[in-house]
Amino acid sequence: MTTVRITINGTAQQHDVEDRTLLIHYIRENSRLTGAHIGCDTSNCGACTVILNGQAVKSCTVLAVQADGEDVITVEGISGKFNGLSAVQEGFRQEHGLQCGYCTPGMVMACTALLNENPKPSEHEIRHALEGNICRCTGYEMIVNSVRWASEHGDAQ
Amino acid sequence: MIPAPFTHVRVSSTKEASDALDHYGDDAKLLAGGHSLIPLMKLRLATPSVLIDIMRIQELKGIRRENGNIVIGALTNHVEIERSPIVQQYAPLIAAAAAYVGDPQVRNRGTIGGSVAHGDSASDLSGALLAANATFVVSGPSGIRQIPVAEFFLGFWTTALEPSDVMTEISIPEASQSPWSYQKFTIRSQDWAVVSVALSGSRIVLGAMGEIPLRAEATEQALLNGASAEEASKLAAENTNPSSDLRASADYRRHLAQVLVLDALSESSSRI
Repeated sequence: MTTVRITINGTAQQHDVEDRTLLIHYIRENSRLTGAHIGCDTSNCGACTVILNGQAVKSCTVLAVQADGEDVITVEGISGKFNGLSAVQEGFRQEHGLQCGYCTPGMVMACTALLNENPKPSEHEIRHALEGNICRCTGYEMIVNSVRWASEHGDAQ
Repeated sequence: MIPAPFTHVRVSSTKEASDALDHYGDDAKLLAGGHSLIPLMKLRLATPSVLIDIMRIQELKGIRRENGNIVIGALTNHVEIERSPIVQQYAPLIAAAAAYVGDPQVRNRGTIGGSVAHGDSASDLSGALLAANATFVVSGPSGIRQIPVAEFFLGFWTTALEPSDVMTEISIPEASQSPWSYQKFTIRSQDWAVVSVALSGSRIVLGAMGEIPLRAEATEQALLNGASAEEASKLAAENTNPSSDLRASADYRRHLAQVLVLDALSESSSRI
């Protein structure tokens, strides 16, 4: 067991965890934040994407002990001026960027990380940035439109 | 999927990493970004009892020019290599290959040293570093030594790294004037290469066409003898040993090697 201190959505937390605990399990089970999903569990699908020290990562392939002392933002930690939703979240609402919604928390975090780095991405840049997030419903057109909506309306996170 | 139990040990210098490898012996593995090792551990294909976490060793990070080489710290993330103006200018093949590794999340965590130490023949950077004639700098019990890339990859997931070695740097001869190309054929955009081709100057390397990245020697020789790109590319699969797996049959890979080598020759000739 190792004591890890991870700041999640601005709140410092401390837990004793097994060294083999994955960050996604830490977030879901220790922190009880179930927005980030486990999809493929093999670092392919991106449903578990969170922002670690400003960068999008797949939390199924990061150990909680690797994130000790670091800063994590999950989908629960973003908000904004659109009735409480961020521009990315509102973009998904406006452009119907989800159907079943399973991939959405990871998509939102990957898109948020993209727009934080590059507020006006081209369509090619949007698609390149979302390579690591798989959606089985929408065919991606509406997700790309959602990111474009967010880009045009600002206020990423 | 959860890895088998292990003990996590964090070290903060190359010396501490070497000492820890010596101390814990064969059951210990180095952990950098973890994007090759953790998936293997989740599948229980690797079950080290100790992980020596080197990711916070600052001396192993960064990119610099030195004596005609680009020197990249082994713990430098793919995203930094992809975006580095120095790498883009003086080792453009390496910047391009780094941009093809996995997906953005993987490139944010994965490191160049970890990728090559994993020793997968389909790795984007392994093939590119062979084409670029890189040298690996390794710190081991007997001191620092340099391993030329041609002697580094030994077999499936097997490299010239000894159990107590820590890779510290990768040195790449500057090649800002050389034609280059990187071609990667995948089933999904983020996937491992079905076949890849890395070309730098007169060196052409095939990824996923055998247990290790392979020079397309017959093609290189034919070009030196004056063959056309079309003729030379038809020899691309000679002396290769591709496998058949879920992604492709061996025959399909041999065909792809020819197609991608021709594409690489065509693209690189447009960069002269």
